[in-house]
Amino acid sequence: MTYTGNDVIALLKEVADPEIPVLSVVDLGIIEKVIVDGNRLYLGILPTYNGCPAIDLIRLMIHEKCYDAGFRDIEIEYLKTPHWTTDRISPEGMNSLREYGIAAPDKSTRIDQLIHGISTIRCPKCDSSHTFLISAFGSTPCKALMQCKDCHEPFEYFKCNGIPND
Amino acid sequence: MIENQLPIFRFLVQLGDDALILSQRLSEWCGHGPVLEQDIALTNISLDILGQARLWYQLACDHTSESMTEDKIAYKRDSAQMTNLTLVEQPNGDWGRTVMRQYLYDSFKKMYYSRLSETHYASIGEIAHKCKTETNYHYKWSKTWVQRLSMGTEEGHTRMQDALNRLWRFHHELTIPSATDLEISAEGIAPNPADLKDAYLEEISSFLTECTLTIPDDKTVITGGRKGIHTEHLGYILAEMQFLQRAYPDREW
Repeated sequence: MTYTGNDVIALLKEVADPEIPVLSVVDLGIIEKVIVDGNRLYLGILPTYNGCPAIDLIRLMIHEKCYDAGFRDIEIEYLKTPHWTTDRISPEGMNSLREYGIAAPDKSTRIDQLIHGISTIRCPKCDSSHTFLISAFGSTPCKALMQCKDCHEPFEYFKCNGIPND
Repeated sequence: MIENQLPIFRFLVQLGDDALILSQRLSEWCGHGPVLEQDIALTNISLDILGQARLWYQLACDHTSESMTEDKIAYKRDSAQMTNLTLVEQPNGDWGRTVMRQYLYDSFKKMYYSRLSETHYASIGEIAHKCKTETNYHYKWSKTWVQRLSMGTEEGHTRMQDALNRLWRFHHELTIPSATDLEISAEGIAPNPADLKDAYLEEISSFLTECTLTIPDDKTVITGGRKGIHTEHLGYILAEMQFLQRAYPDREW
């Protein structure tokens, strides 16, 4: 068995975020460092939100995947920098989010605009931009609750934190 | 556990204590919020703040003996060793009072974390940066609710004025430096909270006035949290939060 860093990335594409199963940990953009040395593996990964309860589970799932692939000495470290932002989600990841029914992070709308009823977020069901914020917080730390005014579908919005100081 | 430690350790524990106790308080709302969305909002905030407490405690562990753990810091200290602000241990009261406490806390902490994120001490700055982003998000939420409740109905206004009157005596402590704050700011590691006092007071006074609330007088100022002198409420929080570790020491999930 000889793996390269790219092989490990391909492997990790099969590890899904436990709370958003259509998004792999690679598409989520939390894999920052991969060092392969024979069957030894070091991974530097980034936490999304401080209190996100998925953090420990993700580490476990990654460990399991790599162990099954043959790695025996696996070190997984949560790095404090760089800071994870929604800018790190891959274009494929953005598409899967929409298909799954979660509106993807949108840089053109800030959270204070949403709070004050201004929204350019598109409904993942009917693509209408007549949407509004129900709550700035959702079922997980990374999402807010929204609803479409046209098709009336309530949906989740993946909060955008790609803008500095927001 | 904290008395004979380095100033940096005490400082990090102090940051963690504010977060831990506020988080524990907010978690009491879980399943009891006025509407589902706001129940979820508050538990999200509680979880963020618990995450912050953990990061500060974990970093504190790097500055003391090897046997120290974040769980020991959280679960093995009694009220007199806790250094959190008295504001964060105050009972939730009604929804309005919880929101008001959160607003006062967020208003100060967002300024504080913003300054702290600029520190040359990298490991502290990195955590402060994340705390700043989260606190800004919470701040927008708590600010909107203070405004909505104060300016909505007469009942709402009365309750928000009552909340402000009850909490005002505790908020001063946010901008009063502890002995640890003074040592740490003298070393240039963190800002002196007193330096943020004017900007903080200016911001909350003008916003609360805009919300048609009357700023209470400053006759009573409660302090002491940083020295371990707490209101009686903290004991009840600790009794519940620490029960398992007290009854079954070092038990793990």
